[in-house]
Amino acid sequence: MSGAGSNRRTLLWLQSGGCGGCTLSLLCAEAPDVLTAFEAAGIEILWHPALSLETGAEVREIIDDILQGRRRLDILCLEGAVMTGPDGTGRFHLMAGTGTPMMEHIRALSERAAHVVAVGSCAAWGGVTAAGDNAAGAVGLAFEGPRPGGLLGGEWRDESGLPVINIPGCPVHPDWVSETLAQLAGGEMTGEDLDDFARPRAITGTLVHHGCSRNEYYEYKASAEKLCEIGCMMENLGCKGTQAAGDCNRRAWNGSGSCITGGYPCIACTEPGFEEPGHPFVETPKVAGIPVGLPTDMPKAWFVALASLSKAATPRRLRENATSDRVRIFPRRRERKP
Amino acid sequence: MSRLVVGPFNRVEGDLEVRLDISQGQVQRAEVVSPLYRGFENMLRGKDVRDALVIAPRICGICSVSQSVAAAQAIAELQGLVPARNGRLVSDIVHAVENLADHLTHFYLFFMPDFTREAHAGRAWFEPLSERFSPRGGSAPRDMLGPRAEFMHILGTLAGKWPHTLTLQPGGVARVAAANEIRHLLGVLAGFRRFVARHLLGGPPEEFAALESAAALLEWAGARPRADLSLFLRASRDLGLHRVGRGNDRYLSFGAYPQDEGHLFPRGVFNGAGGGALDPGRITEDVASAWDLDSAPARHPYDGRTRPDGEMRAGYTWCKAPRLDGMPAEVGALARQLVAGHPLIVDLAREGGNVEARIVARMVEVALLLAAMERWLKEIAPRAPFIAHGETPQRGRGAGLCEAARGALGHWLRVEEGRIANFQIIAPTTWNFSPRDSAGTPGPLEQALEGLPVGRDERTPVMVQHVVRSYDPCMVCTVH
Repeated sequence: MSGAGSNRRTLLWLQSGGCGGCTLSLLCAEAPDVLTAFEAAGIEILWHPALSLETGAEVREIIDDILQGRRRLDILCLEGAVMTGPDGTGRFHLMAGTGTPMMEHIRALSERAAHVVAVGSCAAWGGVTAAGDNAAGAVGLAFEGPRPGGLLGGEWRDESGLPVINIPGCPVHPDWVSETLAQLAGGEMTGEDLDDFARPRAITGTLVHHGCSRNEYYEYKASAEKLCEIGCMMENLGCKGTQAAGDCNRRAWNGSGSCITGGYPCIACTEPGFEEPGHPFVETPKVAGIPVGLPTDMPKAWFVALASLSKAATPRRLRENATSDRVRIFPRRRERKP
Repeated sequence: MSRLVVGPFNRVEGDLEVRLDISQGQVQRAEVVSPLYRGFENMLRGKDVRDALVIAPRICGICSVSQSVAAAQAIAELQGLVPARNGRLVSDIVHAVENLADHLTHFYLFFMPDFTREAHAGRAWFEPLSERFSPRGGSAPRDMLGPRAEFMHILGTLAGKWPHTLTLQPGGVARVAAANEIRHLLGVLAGFRRFVARHLLGGPPEEFAALESAAALLEWAGARPRADLSLFLRASRDLGLHRVGRGNDRYLSFGAYPQDEGHLFPRGVFNGAGGGALDPGRITEDVASAWDLDSAPARHPYDGRTRPDGEMRAGYTWCKAPRLDGMPAEVGALARQLVAGHPLIVDLAREGGNVEARIVARMVEVALLLAAMERWLKEIAPRAPFIAHGETPQRGRGAGLCEAARGALGHWLRVEEGRIANFQIIAPTTWNFSPRDSAGTPGPLEQALEGLPVGRDERTPVMVQHVVRSYDPCMVCTVH
């Protein structure tokens, strides 16, 4: 319990229109594990759906204590989208045991929390829960897709002037959560640490492309044509790594992984609206043979010129390996002149 | 008669409400409410078939790979595609890692904490179990999280990440597993085996999996009093959990981990009298108690529809009621091991399903899967292909039936004009936590809750919690 004078930061974690996968990803945190990370950051969990003993009436009491000002709430985390459907009623998620739409609980608690954090792309802007025609009415806390809005509105600020902090990803990387929360708990997060979508720049200051294990194939436009081939997946297989924010290839997932090393393209799950790309996820849309989505900040003419130049210069090793399921032609050591 | 509404019911992977009608200190009637509707089935309509492999896993963060396996199988059947053998082996391994990790997560984080409740204070085992399993500083979650995360490195290597991989494809997997990686992963497995042997079971997994009777199990636990499973059994026998939480004693399994012939854990049904074959054609979903506008009382999932009633007029949950031959069925590790005829589990459920049998069945699977995964890793032929490619027809259909940690998961896919025309999903907890059907027959949990004791001052009755969580529910899958 957070008594008076405690300098621990209290955390309440709620889940709504999502899959719970961000919490499950968080449980994969290691060195440190999630419990140790929170302890080290001085974060005390008031309640978390997967980690707390309290259930039913005991949870309603905790929430009531916060709303009545009997208990301080420093960080409110939401995982999963805010469910406004059908037709703005919020009935697609009435919080169990209360008969009241979850969105109303979230709204009320947001006004009590010192900071509000959207954990994962659903809570940030709707995410996969908003796919299709979004009959669910899934929105984020302060965004709907790429547009400011959502439950609280784009102008919403906490008592320190920070917006809702959006930790993107489907799912989040465990360290994205523990590091962001630790910075918040330490009082060192400022507006300058956030990008235009209120995502921590520590996560989105780089592109998924940085550190891609298929970099040489990209450089020579040596492209995979089908899944389970080891060439670059940008030209044919829908990879958005050159456009999507994230340090996914510089910060290993589950020990050593990333989507690319798993053999599949980046689907830009850190970007608002990724759930409806307008084309099959594993297919690159093209106009006149040129991919529609160009690398971030790259002028089209340059890309076309460089691509045709590098294609012409592609070594046989890369050209043939690109459409193979493994390296067939190995790099050769250059003979030294005597 | 008084009514008690328990919610938000946590440690159930999602949101859950349980309504109890109580008189004379007992539950007379229970209604199980799944309060969240997201609409994945309708979301998938009109999409490219391959998109299901991106979207379906995101139904669930804890059964994500199971959703991938079901979707990939449905598409493979649609395409008439036989997966590459290596691909199937890697897919089995990836799936087993998820299921095994889920068993661990359930035991350590979701189920055991309830034994540290004040309601149990004074029991002889209360102190040791609280020291071990209390969410407020207990030693077990910390002991478990590290080895679990390291175990998940197998998915980092073979599937890129967890949850929500796209490695699993209809014809196999999207990356090869090299010989050196296989050796590396065998080492990771060895490390995890040590955790299971030392902390969870207190002895070699093979010996544990070979136990054949309840008496042998109690003898095993008595000889290893510090093992986490032994701690549970001590509490379980004291509280009588081997006699509590009986459902309707009809079980089904879709079969888990396809092999060259059949499944590692077979497909079939089991009732008190014995086992039999499962005919998936006899599965229906009934919407009598669901907030759903479909006029037909029950449909086979190939013809299923999902029409949520935003006014929430008739019914009490978003969950439909799956039925086999018009009757409810329990799914999960207990069902799988009864269908498989595991002697220990058959013995534990001799007087009917119960909380203890559900827990021990998971532990048996942990032990069996460790050995199976080592075998599968060695069976991979690194020089052979890992994937086969297929074509999506203009019209057709396919079903993907697999087993998530918590039971049978099915995807039924219909394609017209090359796009998804219908996609219906029945998840494990849809079976277990189903509401009443049009005949008024309650779902398995509703049945299991009847007759449970409720103390006069209990607002969150502790026996109800033990029984609910013994199913290892996944509420986000339930309605999807």
